[in-house]
Amino acid sequence: MTQESNQEPFDEAEYRRRQRSRANMMAWMLGALAILFFLITIAKMQIFQ
Amino acid sequence: MAQSLTHAEPALPADWRDLFALTKPRVMSLVVFTALCGLLAAPGDVHPILAFSSILAIALGAGASGALNQWYEAGIDSKMKRTAGRPLPAGRLDPQTALQFGVGLAAFSVFLMLFASNWQAALLLAASILFYVFIYTMWLKPRTPQNIVIGGAAGAFPPLIGWVAATGSLAPLPVLLFLLIFLWTPPHFWALALFVKSDYAAAGIPMMPVVAGEKSTRRQILFYAVIMAASAIAPWPLGYTGALYGWTAIILSALFVMLSIQVGTRTTGEGDLMRPEKRLFAYSIAYLFILFGAVVADHWWPL
Repeated sequence: MTQESNQEPFDEAEYRRRQRSRANMMAWMLGALAILFFLITIAKMQIFQ
Repeated sequence: MAQSLTHAEPALPADWRDLFALTKPRVMSLVVFTALCGLLAAPGDVHPILAFSSILAIALGAGASGALNQWYEAGIDSKMKRTAGRPLPAGRLDPQTALQFGVGLAAFSVFLMLFASNWQAALLLAASILFYVFIYTMWLKPRTPQNIVIGGAAGAFPPLIGWVAATGSLAPLPVLLFLLIFLWTPPHFWALALFVKSDYAAAGIPMMPVVAGEKSTRRQILFYAVIMAASAIAPWPLGYTGALYGWTAIILSALFVMLSIQVGTRTTGEGDLMRPEKRLFAYSIAYLFILFGAVVADHWWPL
């Protein structure tokens, strides 16, 4: 078990915090993009009317 | 292939702040501003949502270029003080994640431009990303001291893309604005290269001061500043802009040339603080911001 003792201890709390932070950011970005694509579609419909 | 890194791969998922830093946000601000000016100076009206989406696409494209540049140059960045703290050389980010992020962002930016504006602007955006990554980063930068002269074209694309996003076609004014940024790049980067020369030498990048020496670099800064000033003023006598832009360009360019004369005619010894070079570098950024602001002001509120 020499190999294991050389490795840094796995910080599960930090792992979960980063995962949550990235998931939140991704959710916000996807939401914003959905709204943006909806608005682009509306804008294009107005132009071509 | 990206330059190899010696640090161990991090086991933790990447922090979104490191992914954001990968996009070179400070460089992006100048890209966004010049693109916005190109779009606002174009004739006709653009729907605000479509204008916003086009600028967002250009910003994402610039961010993708920055990310792919940092992925490829991670090994070089780790040898330079100025860049050693970036997410990849500092070991906070896995190279594979950086590559996937860069490629994904590039593809999305071109798709967004195609959806929000027109295929011509999307094609130009794709060309500018490919030019920056393959021609500048991978081919020119490690091989020739002329890297930023030719590579400067990549940074000159945004006002052109902004204009084409608004109109769907090219015109003489955005081409002149492209030429202005193209000629502005050498004095801007060589002023920086003069005061971080040892960094570039340590990383083995053939920047002009490292290869041709300080004296030659200083002469070339002055040469490019003079032809840049001529190209900055040209849109007024050619009739593409009015007096507001013309006088702004004359005054700002005269000051640019004066600062370049200071840099171009001096010699330095050991321990020099390089104040004139730092002054020229800082002024060159303000110069481009104000000049592009003047293009828009002249279009909307002509004298």
